[in-house]
This record gives sequence, C-alpha cells and structure tokens, in this order.
Amino acid sequence: MARSLTQIRADLDAGRYSSVEISQEYLDLIERHNPALNCFISITPELALKQARAADERIAAGDAGPLTGIPLAHKDLFCTDGVRTSCASAMLDNFIAPYDATVVERLRDAGTVMLGKTNMDEFAMGSSNENSHYGSVTNPWDSTRVPGGSSGGSAAAVAAGLTPAATGTDTGGSIRQPAALCGVTGIKPTYGRVSRYGMIAYASSLDQGGPFARSAADCALLLQAMAGFDSRDSTSAEQAVPDFGAGLEGGIAGRKIGLPREYFAEGLDYRVAAVIDEAIAELRKLGAEIVDVSLPNTALAIPVYYVIAMAECSSNLSRFDGVRFGHRCEDPVDLEDLYKRSRAEGFGAEVQRRIMIGTYALSAGYYDAYYLKAQQLRRMIKDDFQQVFAQVDFILGPTTPEVAFKIGAKTDDPVSMYLQDIYTISLNLAGLPGMSLPAGFVDGLPVGMQLIGNYFDETGLLRVAHAYQQQSDWHLREPGLVT
Amino acid sequence: MSDWETVIGLEIHAQLATRSKIFSGASTAFGAPPNTQACAVDLGLPGVLPVLNREAVNMALRFGVAIEAEIAESSVFARKNYFYPDLPKGYQISQFELPIVGPGHVYITLDDGERKEIGITRAHLEEDAGKSMHDLFPEQSGIDLNRAGTPLLEIVSEPDMRSAQEAVAYARKIHSLVRYLEICDGNMQEGSFRCDANVSVRRRGESELGTRTELKNINSFRFLERAINFEIERQVDLIEDGGRVVQETRLYDAERDETRSMRSKEEANDYRYFPDPDLLPVAITADDLERTRASLPELPEQKKQRYIDELGLSDYNAELLTASRDTALFFEAALAAAPGQCAPLANWILGDLGGALNKAGLEINASPISPEALAQLVERIADDTISGKIAKEVFEAMWQGEGGADEIIEARGLRQITDSGAIETIIDAVIEANPEQVEQFRAGKEKVLGFFVGQVMKQTQGKANPGQVNALLRDKLK
Repeated sequence: MARSLTQIRADLDAGRYSSVEISQEYLDLIERHNPALNCFISITPELALKQARAADERIAAGDAGPLTGIPLAHKDLFCTDGVRTSCASAMLDNFIAPYDATVVERLRDAGTVMLGKTNMDEFAMGSSNENSHYGSVTNPWDSTRVPGGSSGGSAAAVAAGLTPAATGTDTGGSIRQPAALCGVTGIKPTYGRVSRYGMIAYASSLDQGGPFARSAADCALLLQAMAGFDSRDSTSAEQAVPDFGAGLEGGIAGRKIGLPREYFAEGLDYRVAAVIDEAIAELRKLGAEIVDVSLPNTALAIPVYYVIAMAECSSNLSRFDGVRFGHRCEDPVDLEDLYKRSRAEGFGAEVQRRIMIGTYALSAGYYDAYYLKAQQLRRMIKDDFQQVFAQVDFILGPTTPEVAFKIGAKTDDPVSMYLQDIYTISLNLAGLPGMSLPAGFVDGLPVGMQLIGNYFDETGLLRVAHAYQQQSDWHLREPGLVT
Repeated sequence: MSDWETVIGLEIHAQLATRSKIFSGASTAFGAPPNTQACAVDLGLPGVLPVLNREAVNMALRFGVAIEAEIAESSVFARKNYFYPDLPKGYQISQFELPIVGPGHVYITLDDGERKEIGITRAHLEEDAGKSMHDLFPEQSGIDLNRAGTPLLEIVSEPDMRSAQEAVAYARKIHSLVRYLEICDGNMQEGSFRCDANVSVRRRGESELGTRTELKNINSFRFLERAINFEIERQVDLIEDGGRVVQETRLYDAERDETRSMRSKEEANDYRYFPDPDLLPVAITADDLERTRASLPELPEQKKQRYIDELGLSDYNAELLTASRDTALFFEAALAAAPGQCAPLANWILGDLGGALNKAGLEINASPISPEALAQLVERIADDTISGKIAKEVFEAMWQGEGGADEIIEARGLRQITDSGAIETIIDAVIEANPEQVEQFRAGKEKVLGFFVGQVMKQTQGKANPGQVNALLRDKLK
C-alpha cells in the first residue's frame, strides 16, 4: 500500500524507519520496475542517500520540518546541480546542470531526498510522453497505453508507487493531463506562484511548476515549499504564500462550482462524462452549489495556445546551438553547418515541428496575423473566466476528453494529439490555477476531474479536492503493479 | 558635387557605466581575462532568466531628460532573434516598438558659428553581445562573453545631418553629453561609444531619400569624418556612372581609408521581434522623472550660457571650455581659487595648458598642473609679481614638476623688478651705450623703442616690469 507524505512523516518522526531506509526502499523499487515503466531518465542513489543521512540527523535533533527526509523525484526539466538535466532530449544528453532550479533548491532546503530525474516529452512538448529521446513511458494501469504528457514520467512514478511525490511542469496541461491518465493528484499553480528560475523554458508566459502526489493534502505540503516570490524570476508574483495545509479543512458547504457547457459538449467520451457526473453529485452532497456557466471562447484556446507556445518556444530553444553546451555535431565545416547539424541531430521531430511553426508565426508578414492576434484573443479567453468567476468560486469539468489512449495511436496525427489538451489549455492562457484529481475509472483506466480556481486561490482548490477525497477513495487506488 | 545633397543619420551605441550587467549581476569592468565575467544568465544556460538592473533605466532617463525627450510611461523589452556565436541566447533583449526614450533633440555649433538643431528619434535600452575573435586560433574563432549583457543605450538620430562635419559635431555633442551625465565613459577605442553612420545622397531639390548604406567599424571622430566623406564620393560616383546604390552594411577600413561591403548573411535577417515574456514592462512615474531632473548636473548648454552671461566669456571660449565636462570642471575649480580671473584662466587653459596636454597626449584630468596651481600662477601675473612672459617660463617649470608658482619664482629669482630707481639706472646705462638709436628715436622712428626695451630686458634677465620700462624709457628719451 503506497504511503502518503503525511504517513511517511509520522513514521519518520516516530522512528518506525529512517529516511535512509525508506529512500533505499524506493530506490530498490525503481531499480526493479523502471526498465518496464521507463519513468526515470536518471537515478541518483548516492546523492539520495547522502541527503537522507542529513535528513535523519535533523530528525534525530528534533529539527525536522514537514518534508524532512521525504523522498521525491524531479521532472528532468528542472536544473539539478551536478546531475544530468536532459529535458528528455538528445540535445542535452551530456548536460550536467551547474546550478539548482529554485524549485529544486527550495525542496532540498525543506529536507527532501532526490531519487532521480523523471522522463517527459522532449522539452515539455507533448501529451503522451512518446516524444522522449529515452523512449516512451508506459501507463502503470495498462502498459500498452500512454501515461499522458509532458510530465508522464513523474505521474507514472507516483502512480506506480516508485516515489511518493514528484515535481512536474504545466504549460498546456502537462501536470493535469498525466495526473488524470495515471490516477494521481496534481496541481498547476497560478502563473507567477512558483519560480521559473532553473525550469528550462518551453513557453515562458505559460509555464508553471507544480507537484504530483497521491492526495490534495500531500500536494499542499509540496506546494508550500515550492511556492513564493523569487527575485531571480521577473515574472514571479510578490504574493504572500498562505498556509495551504491549514486551509484544507473547512469543507465546501455553500461554495459555488460552475460547469462550463463547452466542457460537456461533443468530443467528450460519454463514459468519462458519466464518471464526472457522479463526482458532481458527490460534491453536491458535500454542500456545494452547482451552477451552469459558459466559457464561449473555449474553442479558440487551442489555436491561440499553439501559436503563442510555439512562437515563444522557437525563441527559447535558440540557445541550443552546439556552441557552449549540449550536443554538437562532429567535425562542423563552418558555422552554418555547426548550427544546422547540431540542432537537427539534437532535437526530435515534434520539437523541430514546433520550432518551425513558431518561427513562421513570428516572421515578417505573419506576426500581426498570428502572434499579435493570438495575444488579443488570449485576453478574451481571460475575460471569459473573469466573467464566470464573478458568479462562481470554482469551475469543474473533466481533465481530458478520453482515458489513456494506446501508445502510437495519435503519433501520426499531431493535431489530434493537440486536442487532448482542450480542457486544460485555457487556464494556462489565463494564468489561473488548476488541479486534476482522480474521480473514477472507465474500463479500469483512471478518469481525472479538473478544478479551476481564481487567481492565487490554490487554497480553495485544495480544500475542494480534499473534501472530495475525504468522501471517496479513487485517489487511493493502485495499479498493483509494484510490490 | 554641389548638385548633390547628403543625408546622414547616426546610430550611437553608448555602453552604460553601470557596475553590473543589464540583466544579471556579473561585473562590467573592462579588461578581464576572457569568459571570467559571464555568469549563467549571460551564458544563456538552460533555465536562466533576466532580471532588470534599475540603474540602467536611471541612466537612460537621465539621457532622455537631458535631450528634452518624451519619456515612455511604460516601455517594453523585445527579443531580437538571430543566430551568432557571440549571442548566447540566440536573441538579443532590446526594445522595439515601445522604447524608453522618445523623440528629443540636441544643438550643434557648425564651423561658421551657426547653431543647428539635430533631432533624436529615440533611444532604447538593450544588452550587448560578446566578442568574436577570428585571429587567435588557427581555423577557429574564439568567443569571449565578458561583454555579453553589458547595458547599451542605442541613440538614433533623425537623418538631419547634411555633411560629415555636421555628423562629427553631433557625435561629439552626444559624446560630451553622456560624459556630463556620467552615464558612459565615451571611450571609443575600448568600444564603449560606437558610432554607425547611415549615409545616402540625392540630387539637390529631390524630396525622396536616396538608398542608404550603413557604415560600421568607426572608432574615432576623425575616421567618422573620413568614412562618411569616402562613402559620399563613392555613392555619387556610382550614380553618375549609371549605377545604383545597394542598401547594405559597409565596414570602414582605416588603413585603406575606404568602406567595403560586408556581404554577410546577416543582411537577410528577419529579426522576428516580439515582447520578451520573461520581463515586465518598465514603468516610469512622474516621481521618477522629477527625481531624475533634480539629479542632473549643469548641462553643457546651460553652462556655456552661464559662462557667457555671468562670467563674460566669449561665445567661442565658452563653447570650447564646456565641450568637455572635465575641462569645464577644471576651469571652475581654478576660478574658485582665483575669482575674478575668468578671462586669463580661460586663455591659459585653452592656450598653454591645452597645447601642453595635446603634445603630451594627456587628458586634462591627468594634467601635472592642478587647477589650484594654475590659479596661483595667474594671480601672480595679476598682482604684478611676474610678467606674462616670465609666467610662461614658470608654467614650463610647473609642468616639469618643479613645484608651485611661488616656489619656482622664489627658487629662480624671477620676481619682477618694479623698483623705478633700479630700472632707471639700467635705462641710463643702455641709453648711454646706444647713442645712434637714441638719435633715430628722437628723429621719429618709433620702432626703435622696441630695441631699447629689448636691451633693458636683456640686462634684467627679462624681469623688469615691461610697463614701467616702457614708460620710463619714453620719459628718458624725450
């Protein structure tokens, strides 16, 4: 039975086992099961045990915080000092980061133990974790299916019980969608809540880092350490971080939850819809008032997102040029050859596709029609949400239109892949916080429901999720893959 | 040539004198070993983010206020995307549609004394790239990223200049201004003040602008003038021969005194500008502007006017003294030590001191004679301790480091002889020894007086007070 962070904390404090022992246990599980799941790109046993020993000393000295000695895994998008940071790309296969991302630094200072770096879609571009230089990750519930992406490795590792917690990043749904497909809990905070320093950029105005765990309560613990203003990130919000844990209890009686009709329209698998309907009924029983609302510009979200994300990433990925670090082609004959071959060899197909489309969208003659237009429409999407939040406290819907699909099913059809993000993408554009939590199953495959909150109301989201999780056990189910 | 009119605009990149870079905390100090002043942010490592150095903004504001420009309440940083090894991120953070400083102006004084207004279109903040060295390694280029991330203020003029001289006058004006404002050290050799010229020609009377070329690699005012003149001639010759000017970038070759086409792929670049999502817009409040205005030093225009109005200096001298802030401050320090000696001090500084500095290749700040020391010398002339002529000898000795004016006068016994009795005695001797010349003088040859003065001076080693000598001689020769 997979342990929660609260449980591990209690056990460590009571001396039932040490951090070294529990970390070693997870390391053994990873060694045994990673070959089949492929959730980890790098495993760091020496570093982990060193950190675990330090944590045990703090615990013995009575100096432990909520996360001291807790093992976790970092998505391989976060720079980790002295440890390979690959972004699942051949381009960075040889890149040892010379510094820690703020997220990594804060979780390290909180006493966590890093087990390793998790697999992902290359440079965070994907919704299935099939775009990795190190091979696909398989869904722990069904090895013929995808775990979702881009944070597929983190979601699968938590679902399989290889780690009790993991970090991820979310630009268009990359925490929420894999959380849904793997049956775990994940939260994308408000844009600016978590520092992007050291989080290798995909789309700068959309990226946010956040935690995966088995419950809202666990996520609250992790988010507490991760969140907060960072002077090294100019887009970091100077917003005070509330005590997320203290905000969990209290219930949701009288809270208004909106259901956007656009999220329950065609394209949604009817069986997934049925699971969500039951979850809604459960929330009603808990005292929430359910309101019909509308987000009329939902359909625009996908083209707007992709224009903006691809434009920004085409610029963000220019630094990968074979000059200072990363992959460099052999025997370049001149500068142009150096650039062209290093980048052609270093980047996978999806990354190259997005760079080209992004470059096109920003180019002379097209900037106004695509990028500028997309930013204008983005404001409309943001306004849609503000109108709805004038009426309700939270928005609810399915996280994804269908459950985990078969590996390879969508790789020939990029647009069909992009449509996986239809429910998650809008709130990255608006900068709002969103969570996915397990709501049930369809044919033995997990279904996630998505909660969206107003700016900086992660506390509210966690409270709703926690209330739901007190009355249901979907989040506690395990694939039974791993012993 | 007078059928043709030249249109010139200048783009000046001034490296701002902040201690650290515009988007990181690395040092901007010149001369460090390669790649020792480039931190993770400057290197464009994965995951790093820019953080704005507010001092660069303050310096841009000072410039904007000094040129009486419109200052943007909110300006935006944009990415200028292109690939080159000395540009680590593959884009330069600059400003495009919304620069911090809008239209402004400066005034230049032409050779004939006429004043002309030169418009400045805009000035914006951006980061500098690193340096590429193509000659250090065989078959390879070396990249030094120390310079990457240094703040630049790009100052774009209107195409208001009509000759190389006007362009140089404008460049000098901006150079002087940024030094007055203490926002840039203006060192063209070290690359902290770079001038690029946009030059085009058209037949007189035409309203449309000709195709322009951009001239780069100009690192002195002299070369600026030469490069522009070469280019004007080249373009006119080209058009008169039936050719067409190609819009291109041309490098100035100082050795050959010519401009050459760069012909690089960079010509074809589409920079795909878009607002940098990692940075917030720069907000400037009315308070910021007030504080900036209040903190400005007296600017060259005001100072020059004050020298004319309050100190009674000529326009010409005032212009020369205020052209460089260091010269003006030297003058003011000397004046403080010798109040009332404006004109003599101006003449000494612009004349003897200026000449000596030029010859030795020194800046006025490195002058071996301090403002106070010069002031003392001038006072000694004013109080008749020494004559103007002897003062030149004293100046020489001071320049060689022999001490202050009083010390030298004492040591060398250079005090003026003002004792009429002593002078009369010498005059009597000279008159007696030169009866012919006495006759000539009495016969009406005025010029002979000079001979007598010379003789008296010789007898006194030049120390007799010339005024007294003249008066007493006339008296005795009657």
